[in-house]
Amino acid sequence: MNNILKISYRNLKRNYRRTLLTASLITIGVIFVLIYTAMSGSFKSYTVGQITDSLMGHIQIHKKGYVASVDNLPLDKNLNAKMVEFIESKLESNPFIESYSYRIKFGAMFSNFTSTTNIRLNAIDPEDEFPTLPLLESRISDMNGTFKPGEIIVPELLIKGMDVKIGDTIVLVANNKNGSVNGINLKVAGIVGQVMGPGGRDGYIHIEDAKKALRMNNELEVSEIVIRLKNVEKLKEAEKSLQPILEKLNKEGKPALEIHTWQQLSPFYNIIKMIDVMNISIQIILISIVLISILNVMIMSVFERVREIGTIAAMGTPPLTIVKLFLCEGLMLGVFGAVVGSILSLGIVYLLNIVKITYSIGQQSGLILTPSLGLSEILSVSIIVIFISLVASISPAIKASRLDPVEALRTY
Amino acid sequence: MITAHHLKKVYQTGEIRQEVIKDLSLEINEGEFISLVGPSGSGKSTVLNMLGCLDTPTKGEITINGSPITGMSRTKMANFRGENIGFIFQSFNLIPVLSVYENIEYPLIMIQNLPEEERKSRVLTLLEEVGMLEHKDKTPDKISGGQMQRVAIARALVTNPKIVFADEPTANLDTKTAHMIIELMKKIQREHQTTFVFATHDEKIVSNVDRLITLVDGEIVADQRMNK
Repeated sequence: MNNILKISYRNLKRNYRRTLLTASLITIGVIFVLIYTAMSGSFKSYTVGQITDSLMGHIQIHKKGYVASVDNLPLDKNLNAKMVEFIESKLESNPFIESYSYRIKFGAMFSNFTSTTNIRLNAIDPEDEFPTLPLLESRISDMNGTFKPGEIIVPELLIKGMDVKIGDTIVLVANNKNGSVNGINLKVAGIVGQVMGPGGRDGYIHIEDAKKALRMNNELEVSEIVIRLKNVEKLKEAEKSLQPILEKLNKEGKPALEIHTWQQLSPFYNIIKMIDVMNISIQIILISIVLISILNVMIMSVFERVREIGTIAAMGTPPLTIVKLFLCEGLMLGVFGAVVGSILSLGIVYLLNIVKITYSIGQQSGLILTPSLGLSEILSVSIIVIFISLVASISPAIKASRLDPVEALRTY
Repeated sequence: MITAHHLKKVYQTGEIRQEVIKDLSLEINEGEFISLVGPSGSGKSTVLNMLGCLDTPTKGEITINGSPITGMSRTKMANFRGENIGFIFQSFNLIPVLSVYENIEYPLIMIQNLPEEERKSRVLTLLEEVGMLEHKDKTPDKISGGQMQRVAIARALVTNPKIVFADEPTANLDTKTAHMIIELMKKIQREHQTTFVFATHDEKIVSNVDRLITLVDGEIVADQRMNK
């Protein structure tokens, strides 16, 4: 095999300009795919991270019908204490779950005593919410100490629009599910930055304050239960393991509860799927580049060396050995392109992380791309390139092995 | 050693049918130095290709060392050539990317798969025999035509073939070099008892052979033993 490799290598060197051109084309293709994968991966992981770790968690449980009318923030579709107790009993023993948090979501009037506007609120218990959404704290600025009852974290845009400052007192006026109106005073304790996605412009209050405002009389009612998994890669398995929760039936004998993954709740998941489709498209373009380049070079190579092939065939070289000679040439081009392309891509990714490319999504600006390349990405692209190189060489190699030695020796 | 019975070779191109060899029978004995001669188109190269297992007859049988070669698969035919037959070509046909040494070594690696020590010993012996030892590291483009043909002879002999077929081996060489090449082949034939079969127009070869077979229009018209 070493000798076949040696002869193939020398054959490639024979027309080094053409070899270099083809190998460069494959290298550029590999770089293009890997850099695109690294950058889109960075964008994807940042956005998915923001959505799951600061807004939605990985899985949410609601009363049946809540998600369909989520835009109204319906208080009459909250989970009651019995349901919460039932769900809690299932969650405690589930091995996939890292933590979970209760939320009451509702709309209210927000007044700074001179002007009033509406606000969407998430009422949370910070001791459960922050471990469940680990990036939420990083979105909150200007907060001193822990988040306590009597405080409100106001969305950034509302802070500017209503001209309120940290430490100001505001009034929240809300209707409970019976239509009764109540108001509470709260102190502005922090500003929450907006992010793309459902709930990305919501304010936060303590769940105890929500109970007061909505006059829940110490009976626990929650709009949703947000779950964080130990390993998000096992989302499907975790979702499946939570299916017994759906066994809880309502008076009509239908499931009383519903479970959704972040992928089902966030419209951004479709954008992620589009990015993945684009990744595949780019890989198909790479495959085409490799296939056409190597096929072209190998066909040229066979045509140029017909007489030589005739000579080695006449000497007694078995057809399979001739096939191997040409396959090795294609393989070497592919390996060269994959190895050099991967090394250069790693270098470019390193430089991109030094240069720090920024981008904007909606009103979020100054987001930094942090592209990275994993071994699996490099390996998968390299394997594709090497495999396609081999495939592209098969036809010319077989053609070479089937040449009639007599005809081949007559060729000039 | 080689027996050919009632060989016939027909080429069919579209509707044109050309009978190149017509009922040719022939026996070649071990150690003979034979030349096939005849005008262009007489079928010399076709006979050489069929006897050398490069081409198959349309009809007839060929036996080499008791093995019938007609009907063999391509791979078996290639293996048979690798084990039993050497070829010398008019245009030398050396592999340009390999050195002189590697060109001679090629059949031992790619065809016979011999261990390195044995390869080295055989190649160096032959390089010395053909007078190319000092040029062993040069590539074919760095040596003359005569030197290339010496390398080609060494390559043809390195597998210790029973028979060497040479198609116009001196056609591309000047008179002096051609003489040297003929002498070299004659010497090897004497020392190794290798059978040499030429297809040639070259009078220099013709005057040196043991046996002269004349072909005209695909038929043997004369088969003469030459007395030296």
